[in-house]
Amino acid sequence: MSDVTIPQPTRPWQRKRSEVARSGASLALVGLLSFGIVLFTGFAGVDGWAVCIMLLFIAALIYRGRKLSKKERGNATVQLVITAAAVLAFAPWLSILGSVLYKGVVGLRLNFITSDMRTTVPDDDLSMGGALHAVLGSLLMVSIATVITLPLGILSGVYLTEIKGRFTFLVRFVVQSMSGVPSIVAGLFIFTTYNSLTNGPSAFGGALALGILMLPTVARTSEEVLKLVPDDLRSASLALGARQWRTTLMVVLPTVRSGLITAGILGVARVIGETAPLLLTAGSNSAFWFNPAKGPIASLPIYVFGMLQIGTEYAVNRAWTGALVLMLAVFALFFTARKLGGKDKR
Amino acid sequence: MNIVAPVKREMHVVHSRGDKVFRGIVTAGALTSLIILGLIGSFLFARGAQVFSQYGLKFITGTNWSSSLDEGIASEFGMGPMLVGTIIVSTIALLFAVPMSIAGALYIEFYAAGRVRRILSGLLDLAAAIPSLIFGLWGIQVFTNFGQNWAEFLATRLGWFPLFNTISDNYGRSPFVAGCVLASMVVPITTSVAREVYSRTPRELIDTCYALGGSKWGAIKTVVLPFGKSGVVGGAMLGLGRALGETVAVYLVLNLNFRYTFRILESEGGNVASLIATRFGESTSEELTALVAAGFVLFLLTLSVNMVASTIVTRTTRK
Repeated sequence: MSDVTIPQPTRPWQRKRSEVARSGASLALVGLLSFGIVLFTGFAGVDGWAVCIMLLFIAALIYRGRKLSKKERGNATVQLVITAAAVLAFAPWLSILGSVLYKGVVGLRLNFITSDMRTTVPDDDLSMGGALHAVLGSLLMVSIATVITLPLGILSGVYLTEIKGRFTFLVRFVVQSMSGVPSIVAGLFIFTTYNSLTNGPSAFGGALALGILMLPTVARTSEEVLKLVPDDLRSASLALGARQWRTTLMVVLPTVRSGLITAGILGVARVIGETAPLLLTAGSNSAFWFNPAKGPIASLPIYVFGMLQIGTEYAVNRAWTGALVLMLAVFALFFTARKLGGKDKR
Repeated sequence: MNIVAPVKREMHVVHSRGDKVFRGIVTAGALTSLIILGLIGSFLFARGAQVFSQYGLKFITGTNWSSSLDEGIASEFGMGPMLVGTIIVSTIALLFAVPMSIAGALYIEFYAAGRVRRILSGLLDLAAAIPSLIFGLWGIQVFTNFGQNWAEFLATRLGWFPLFNTISDNYGRSPFVAGCVLASMVVPITTSVAREVYSRTPRELIDTCYALGGSKWGAIKTVVLPFGKSGVVGGAMLGLGRALGETVAVYLVLNLNFRYTFRILESEGGNVASLIATRFGESTSEELTALVAAGFVLFLLTLSVNMVASTIVTRTTRK
């Protein structure tokens, strides 16, 4: 028997040492070149570096792909360009999340949510004063808005999925267009009607303005959710002799209860950070105001806005912390909605 | 044997009294949104009517906005520069946002792998939920530092281009910077619409393209992009609607100035929504009427853009 050489398994997918060296070298070259560019041209700062490195990286990869066929090269180039543009598109949000966290944490102390600005001026140390009044005011106005808007939104959804009457197209169209009403216009409307009747800013005025902005979100989400109810359920209920109103109230709506709650939550998340309408309709205050029918009331967005307008170091710190709290609230609402929304589909 | 084709029966539904009441209540509830929209339009028009009749078309084209407390000096209201400024800022926003949104949507839908894709689409949803106030805060406190440098770069290297022309060297709070901030607000909306449309591209068409030897880019170029074209247009217009009506983000970032200006890199610009927010607090009743009228113009503008957009989007994403 002759010697049999057992073939060693080759691993073509593993990168050869020369390839690794080559990509290392090109990375180093990219670094050096961008350093040169930053030195000798107007590119500067983090963004300048990022752009240089990205452009050179693309150039290097295109150069390395020169041996590919024309088709493959085009394909790879486009992939690079699309990836780069996608990175650019996502970068601002990461920057926003990062800066709100980084700058907001500075002023995030217990007193921020346990005390108000009654005896504190914005320039006082961050261990004094807080946004309790603003948080409470926001909660109050958003609750009033929800109580008014949620039933109306659900009714719209029910109309679009259960009744499907003459106005179906119209209602859907109006709800769609209403979601494009600028927030300041909603504020202006309430200001010229409700607020001018009741003489001045109030929590009710703010809540009504928020309600206008909330309604389209709630209506559209309710419709989407109600569409998920299988027709079999409706038919079964009707076949058992229930009228349409009983079918809707006792079969259809309970089936998607968590979905309807999701609709409400998404509506709240949509308006909790609205600033412009509250500027016109609710005003601002340094302590919580208990009468929702009359008198200016503070809210978290207006708190942030006002602190930013003052512009001193501590005030801006307070603004960032307010923004952090606001963003945490929005995200919490958002994730709750997701969790609940996932429940119905199962 | 004669076979008679079945004739469609007339169906006649008689609702019980309970159902009639129920249907009435639901219909009324559903029509409130219509009523609210109608009320907004008519009230703003009614409050602003005086200004419209007094100034006519000059209210739109006029260049002077001055409110005088003095009886002897007449106030004058023309929103021309603000309207043009709004359009300039929104155009800049869309110029940046649309290509990035298309790329972002294509990336999520066709290039990103499993986990990256899930993270990015989660991030996309989150970004759409960030309040505009936070965009404004970030815009003036963080982004302006970058945008200023970019503007300076453009002005010094490409100053020969008419739009990049500058006469002062103050680059912060410019329409360019405001447009960039708006772009980052518009991108989530446009991207999610584009993504939705792209995901509806028939799988067979893409597979056919691959089977014929096409590359991924070939499939995207010949199938996905043409298929999603009108949807992307609709998404871009939804974004435009948001950009036109945005208040706080622009208010915080842009330096309002009452002059026609097309030097977008310089620290002055106009915006209708910000005008309302700025002047509102200290306005006389005469100026308030003018502000309401400006609000009405803004309302009409955004509503028409949004109506066209939502028609396009519904038509292309209907199942």
